[in-house]
Amino acid sequence: MSLQNVGIVYRKELREALRDRRTLISSLLVPLLLFPLLTAGLGVAISALLGKAKEEIPKVMIIGGEDSPRLLEDLHNLKKIEIVPLASNWKEQIINKDIRAAVGVPTGFESDLAQQKPVTLKIYNYNGDLKSSLATSVIQEHLESFRSNIVKESLSAKNVPESVLKPFAVEEQNVAPPEKVGGAAFGGVIGYMVILLCMTGCMYPAMDLTAGEKERGTMETILSSPISRTHLVLGKFFLVLTTSLVTAALSVTSMGVSFWVLERLHAFDKAGSDAAQMQLSIGIKQVLSIFIMVLPLAVLFSAGVMTVSLFAKSYKEAQSYITPLMFLVIIPAVCAMLPIDLNAKLALVPILNASLLCKELVVNTYHWNYIAIIFLSTCIYAAVALFLAVKMFQREHVLFRS
Amino acid sequence: MIESRGLTKLFKDKKRGEIRAVDNVSFLCKPGQIYGLLGANGAGKTTTLRMLATILEPTNGTAVVCGHDVIEDPQKVRANVGFLSAATALYPRLSSQEMVEYFGRLNGLEETTLKKRIDDIFGRLDMNSFRDRRCDKLSTGMKQKTSIARTLIHDPQVMIFDEPTLGLDIMTARTIIDFIRECRQRGKTVIFSTHVMSEVEKLCDTIGIIQSGKLLAEGSLAELRERYKENDLEEIFVKIVAPLYTNGEAA
Repeated sequence: MSLQNVGIVYRKELREALRDRRTLISSLLVPLLLFPLLTAGLGVAISALLGKAKEEIPKVMIIGGEDSPRLLEDLHNLKKIEIVPLASNWKEQIINKDIRAAVGVPTGFESDLAQQKPVTLKIYNYNGDLKSSLATSVIQEHLESFRSNIVKESLSAKNVPESVLKPFAVEEQNVAPPEKVGGAAFGGVIGYMVILLCMTGCMYPAMDLTAGEKERGTMETILSSPISRTHLVLGKFFLVLTTSLVTAALSVTSMGVSFWVLERLHAFDKAGSDAAQMQLSIGIKQVLSIFIMVLPLAVLFSAGVMTVSLFAKSYKEAQSYITPLMFLVIIPAVCAMLPIDLNAKLALVPILNASLLCKELVVNTYHWNYIAIIFLSTCIYAAVALFLAVKMFQREHVLFRS
Repeated sequence: MIESRGLTKLFKDKKRGEIRAVDNVSFLCKPGQIYGLLGANGAGKTTTLRMLATILEPTNGTAVVCGHDVIEDPQKVRANVGFLSAATALYPRLSSQEMVEYFGRLNGLEETTLKKRIDDIFGRLDMNSFRDRRCDKLSTGMKQKTSIARTLIHDPQVMIFDEPTLGLDIMTARTIIDFIRECRQRGKTVIFSTHVMSEVEKLCDTIGIIQSGKLLAEGSLAELRERYKENDLEEIFVKIVAPLYTNGEAA
């Protein structure tokens, strides 16, 4: 009878949740659309904007250099930039984005070079402006090759081989398999997103089923029925847990699909080749591992948010309590994206431990001792939170707070 | 049958300290009779009825409802009680029928029995035209009928009404009053609280006058008239509560 009552409450709450537009948006629509919009949408938009910026031939002015004809000719021959006549307000023109950069050539540049005196060329740009930065890198790249030609000529004049400049080479070789490289890059983000969406998925229903019920006046109605308060809170809790897990599952699926589509579309030309080397192949095994680890965390969130929301008199008041709680979740989840490695102490820190573990699970690394500590400790935290939620439901001054 | 034995409820308030919302209240409500708890706002009516419905736990004293103690066996008490108040709202996203079904299931009714009872109650209260309509789309009258159906679904022996006509128009209030009368005719034990004198005069077999959490007087209307040498219930009420009345007292 008791479990049956929990089931009756659960089914009723599920029915109401499925009829509530706000729950459907926060638990289904947002996780389904967030990743395609963030990854594919934003990625394609950035790539299109970058492409457009790269297509533009930036206008550049040259300040001075009348006595350095070789450099001037060289710059004029560069097709990636357009040299425009110098104007006295060149600085203003850079700020107003009429031109993208200016090259300052000191008097006697070439003669000083010939005499091997130290000399400096200056590139004036708009720091932080993408198009100005692109123009600067084109000029820098070109001046680099100009300098290298001069060095080569100088060495050749003195009969010194070019190899003197580079007595030995350094080569970097990746030994990690592509999926591990991809996992190391995206693992932290995946953990963060799954944890964050687990939390956001349970927030609205938890507030609706506690503070919302008080606000609508249905709390007294349900308390007058023969169901025990423990069974009532458990029925509600399982619904909140369901939405939390559904949101997390949908977000992982949506994220996987978004990455897959992005890879297929080769939306980024450079990033596309990087993506080829950083395959993010999340198999069933990793997905299941992540879910098993996230389960106690979802219990912790659901029970925690319910406990706090129940204390509120209204939905709005609950929101003001839950918002600061979000930071308690976001901060440790974000920390996992930093170069921190899991250790025995960190394995006891709630949220951070699961987030760090997600990073390892994504790359198929299983430290069983840490997994055991994290799973057990999170289960304990979750049990405490659930116990508090049940206790809170039995406190009259909380239920009838006015 | 309801037997209240020295029911007492204390609340703690940060500003006002300890509040004695209900103070040693004892009374007896018999089957087939209506007991009216008459009191001003904040007199302790709601708290008393909430304790009888086991929504609140008494600080001291106890009550026995249908042979079950409110402290020892609250679930069994609730299984025998139908509780209706101005504060017992409906779930907005459930239909009228789903709302009643939900409470029927929570009361442990089998599906076939539940269906029969719903058909019977919905027919009796003329609710079939809106049985599939969501509660947030119902008129006040329809909502009240749904609430009545919700309290009746498990056929409780005791009915507790806490200011059930508060804020209702005359026609809807009349439905409730008729329903309370019908409960008496069916042999149920009925207790209801109000501050509307005319309702008490029309309905109650026994009247309990409560103020500052204390039950100050009790008896039938005739007995009270006799005791206080007044014909008008309002005058009797004022005579009884005036010495203890402070405006804005909260329960």
